[in-house]
Amino acid sequence: MSHDFPSAFGLVGTSSFTEFLNASGNEPGVSRSTGAATSGGPANLEAPHGTTIVALDCDGGVVMAGDRRATMGNIIAQRDVQKVFESDAFSVVGIAGTAGLAVELVHLFQVELEHYEKIEGTPLSLEGKANRLSSLLRANLGMAMQGLAVVPLFAGFDLAEERGRIFSYDVTGGRYEEHDFHAVGSGSTFARGSLKKLFRPEADTDAAVRVALEALYDAADDDSATSGPDLARRIFPMVSVVTASGVETISEDRLAQEVEQMMAARLGRPDGPRASVPGGAS
Amino acid sequence: MSVPFYVSPEQIMKDKADFARKGIARGRSVVVVQCAQGVIFVAENPSKALHKISEIYDRIGFAAVGKYNEFENLRVAGIRLADLRGYSYDRSDVTGRSLANAYAQTLGSIFTETAKPYEVEIVVAEVGADESADQMYRLTFDGSVADERGFVAMGGSAEAIEGAMSAAWQPNQDLETSLRQAVNALGQHGTDERRTLSPDDLEVAILDRTRPRRLFHRVEGDSLAALLQGPQAPA
Repeated sequence: MSHDFPSAFGLVGTSSFTEFLNASGNEPGVSRSTGAATSGGPANLEAPHGTTIVALDCDGGVVMAGDRRATMGNIIAQRDVQKVFESDAFSVVGIAGTAGLAVELVHLFQVELEHYEKIEGTPLSLEGKANRLSSLLRANLGMAMQGLAVVPLFAGFDLAEERGRIFSYDVTGGRYEEHDFHAVGSGSTFARGSLKKLFRPEADTDAAVRVALEALYDAADDDSATSGPDLARRIFPMVSVVTASGVETISEDRLAQEVEQMMAARLGRPDGPRASVPGGAS
Repeated sequence: MSVPFYVSPEQIMKDKADFARKGIARGRSVVVVQCAQGVIFVAENPSKALHKISEIYDRIGFAAVGKYNEFENLRVAGIRLADLRGYSYDRSDVTGRSLANAYAQTLGSIFTETAKPYEVEIVVAEVGADESADQMYRLTFDGSVADERGFVAMGGSAEAIEGAMSAAWQPNQDLETSLRQAVNALGQHGTDERRTLSPDDLEVAILDRTRPRRLFHRVEGDSLAALLQGPQAPA
């Protein structure tokens, strides 16, 4: 079609929004940045960074949670930033790293998934979505080499296999399927330690939400860039649950209850729930 | 040495229009109808894979009759335009009117500039907060646009269907009533005998203003059968 829609609109054979953008000369923000790869050393600028994201499998789905802090060096850039996003009806993506680029990446990823679904009349497979995210991320490699890395964590419900799945990424776009649980961001080491002790594959979604909150609390406990629940301002971690019926973002009221219970328990035992060892005192 | 025949511009346009009309009249029909809950798209289309109805954007839907490859081309271009605009500006900046304009320009240029016009007719519908805020644009093969109210019928027996719809349709009626009217009207296709269309012959979707964000959803299988056989069973 060479008429009033410019010619790229008539492109045959692609259902990808990014491929269309490139063909039409409107390069997306994230891949435009590849050009910067050649322009030298680390970027000498401070941009807000997102911190900790956790995800874990549970019975019937998968849970993802993220704290709400963005930091810029020692400064808290924002205390109620959103870092867990619904990427489509059956998947969520959490982001750590340079916040501006990460949010743009998520935005493009959301359009990419919806665009495919509308053109093809059917959604991508979960594996397909995970691969798309990988190639979008690879386009940001130039920026990552200058220190502006984006590290997403992707989780969703696989309708074909009927289970929740988690995918982690490195800055080069490498994609790794994680089993049981995973965490990314500055507090991820501590969150992962916590998840390792609290994760139960048979746990239902409610229990998994509690485990995610505990893991984020443990991350905030030891990582200054991760925020704990802010009871005074009522800023709680963002938690999403993905099951066969789709993505559910846990409401603030329910989070407030869960967080209050967790805090009450931590008043008695500040380090959180204790994992049991055979023969050990309980 | 032969001199090419002179054909007047009127004759060329008339021939092209007749050609396009004939192509469109060969196909089965589509009805787009408003109701209190939103805008319903009903197509007589036994195929479950080759759609005549599509989502374009959050509040915008698309229906077409005619040649599949031609309207599919327009549908994909529309989704690309909408997604590009929403990505560059904001989701709220994607409007049915701008999309209808782009289609009108495209169809108009194709009609005047190429030897073979598109044999298609399309509807772009956008739902608003209530029925009076809905917009329905009918675009024909020559790029003309009409802003419609209530219902639009396109395809082989559009006139018979419009007759049936205008006798039945009322503003602000519920989803089931509008859907049954549309299915009954589609049954007038061929006029000699009335047919009762089963859910398997139909492709139905609604832009449902009561949903969050993406309003378009398909009504299929059991839920379609249930809507069609409500308390007042169709004739």
